[in-house]
Amino acid sequence: MVNVFSLSKKRVSSLLGGLLLALAGQSYGNELTGYLAVESRSFFSDALYTDQSDYGASASAEVEYYHDWDDYRQRFVATAYARWDPEDSERSHGDIRELYWWREFEEFEVYAGVRKVFWGVTETVHLVDVINQDDAVENLDGEDKLGQPMISVLMERDWGTLEAFALLGFRERAFAGDNGRLRGPLVVDDDKALYQSGAGDKHIDLALRWSQVFGDWDLGVSHFMGTARDPQLLLDAGAAASEQSQPLGLRPYYAQIQQTGLDVQATLGDWLWKLEAISVKQKGEDRQSAAVGGFEYTFVGISDSAADLGVLLEYQFDDRRGLTETTAQNDIALGARWVLNDIQSTEVLAALSVDLDNGSRFASVEASRRLGDKWLLEAELRLFSNTADDDPAYTLRDDDYLQLELRRYF
Amino acid sequence: MIRNWPKPRTLIRFAALLTLAAMTQAEPTSLSASQQLGLEIAREADRRDLGFGDNASELTMTLRNQYGEESVRRMRNKTLEQNDDGDKSLIVFDNPRDVKGTAFLSFTHKAGADDQWLYLPALKRVKRIASSNKSGPFMGSEFAYEDISSQEVEKYSYNFLRNESFNGRNHFVIERDPVDPKSGYSRQEVWLDTEEYRVWKVDYYDRKGDLLKTLTLSDYQQYLNKYWRADHWLMQNHQTGKSTELSYKGWRFANGYRDRDFTKNSLARAK
Repeated sequence: MVNVFSLSKKRVSSLLGGLLLALAGQSYGNELTGYLAVESRSFFSDALYTDQSDYGASASAEVEYYHDWDDYRQRFVATAYARWDPEDSERSHGDIRELYWWREFEEFEVYAGVRKVFWGVTETVHLVDVINQDDAVENLDGEDKLGQPMISVLMERDWGTLEAFALLGFRERAFAGDNGRLRGPLVVDDDKALYQSGAGDKHIDLALRWSQVFGDWDLGVSHFMGTARDPQLLLDAGAAASEQSQPLGLRPYYAQIQQTGLDVQATLGDWLWKLEAISVKQKGEDRQSAAVGGFEYTFVGISDSAADLGVLLEYQFDDRRGLTETTAQNDIALGARWVLNDIQSTEVLAALSVDLDNGSRFASVEASRRLGDKWLLEAELRLFSNTADDDPAYTLRDDDYLQLELRRYF
Repeated sequence: MIRNWPKPRTLIRFAALLTLAAMTQAEPTSLSASQQLGLEIAREADRRDLGFGDNASELTMTLRNQYGEESVRRMRNKTLEQNDDGDKSLIVFDNPRDVKGTAFLSFTHKAGADDQWLYLPALKRVKRIASSNKSGPFMGSEFAYEDISSQEVEKYSYNFLRNESFNGRNHFVIERDPVDPKSGYSRQEVWLDTEEYRVWKVDYYDRKGDLLKTLTLSDYQQYLNKYWRADHWLMQNHQTGKSTELSYKGWRFANGYRDRDFTKNSLARAK
């Protein structure tokens, strides 16, 4: 008993000692960082639906803390994010992006807590990336994600890297509210989510990913089973029947899926060749598939300057139809990234995607430039044009906007 | 999509690599005496740095434009020596703040293109990038990727030019010509002292053959009683008037790094 007690006491004191050392900034990493940002969004056309606004100003903040100890074999990370948007209460939200503990053992690594995990190689669509829910009210591009609670185990061997995930608890997607732009005619009531699984949002999803580098080739194969991150939107007939004055709404329905994914990148000289493909089987439905593939090529030092011009082309295919259909069914996306390589890291990324079936076009321009050491200015322009009435983007046809964001890091 | 993939290209590239490997295996017999001497000096400099194992350091990069305006970048660097190939290295950026947490992993190779990955912390994304962009500026500075990456003997052909004395030291002056046609340089002139084979100065000539940049190294310190590292690097661009100063500090050797500290997984974990 005495031995056990003294051991644990010693452990506690060494942990405390480690913490104190770290706090003093002596031996281990330990840091609090973050940013504050203000954003303005101006829509060029009048709103399609009443209650929607034409201009929005909002503010956001992110704070990250991490701490390493045990000779860098253990780490704690916490990242919190919040946005305040006076125009759309649904866009005002906070999220724990990360809150996890990591430990390295001799043969494997363990993560426990809330994390963000990215899988994939392509630029215009992210098909294989299934771990985290989109933070959909942040941006259309699906690159902002909600933190996902999990326990995962990772091992690196000669035959590759294997990571197994148990995803504990489902994160629902948020949708723009009555006053928000970038939504359809019917508002989605995310308090009324439906689940195919009887366990609802408590369903434990499982995922496995193997990845390996073979010379110029980076390869990944993944499998996910659990609650689909993308909801199907069902008409909320109940609301209309029970209350006459209540407008019709939509309810998100989260199906149970099995999704197998493949991602490959070949880096051959100046060329990057990329492919992502998924096969999705929803419980009780037929198997469906989607793929995106293409290339990226960089012209280095254009016209004797330090600037680089990268061009990319990706073809998007998706045979999901009906409630699960996406905007990328048979589309070509073209992009150009102009990197000035100057002191302010000025960059412009322009992209155009065209639906080869109905001719709908979506254009996007993103530009960023650092101001001094701690400030960053970003501009984003999104244009929907020639939008066909059978395209999922039809409801966004009058939602062209210009967004400016100014960030201050601390 | 699969049928559009560049299989023939891969084969051609593979064949080119094999040829290159065969060329470097065989001792070139057609070297002139001055070329042979140049190569020997480069090999000796390389030999003297063999066996360092691993090291870590912190860097401050100060960028200055022609008007004297300054911008500072800070990063941390870890390197692991490889027995039969170029070094593996991992760089984590601390400043400017918008790129803080961005990390860069590279495997240099004696022959063929290097492997490079970039970690983007906001997206938690690891991206393989084209290493052929070696002549591009590193972080907007006057250093190109090829200036700071591991200088393998095989990456150049050599020619001994002359001896030269300055600052109380005798130097070999050798010319080295990049083997890779993607290099931004036609040739370089390198000053190494005759005692310790440390590089003190490099003149870089652009593809047109005009003098582009001069690198001056100073404040050499010796570690483990053997390995020399310069704490101060100054790169001056003669054509634009811009310059970049690199200051290293906190050199640490024998950290016990392993290959698993230099993987895509460890890159995604770099802080």
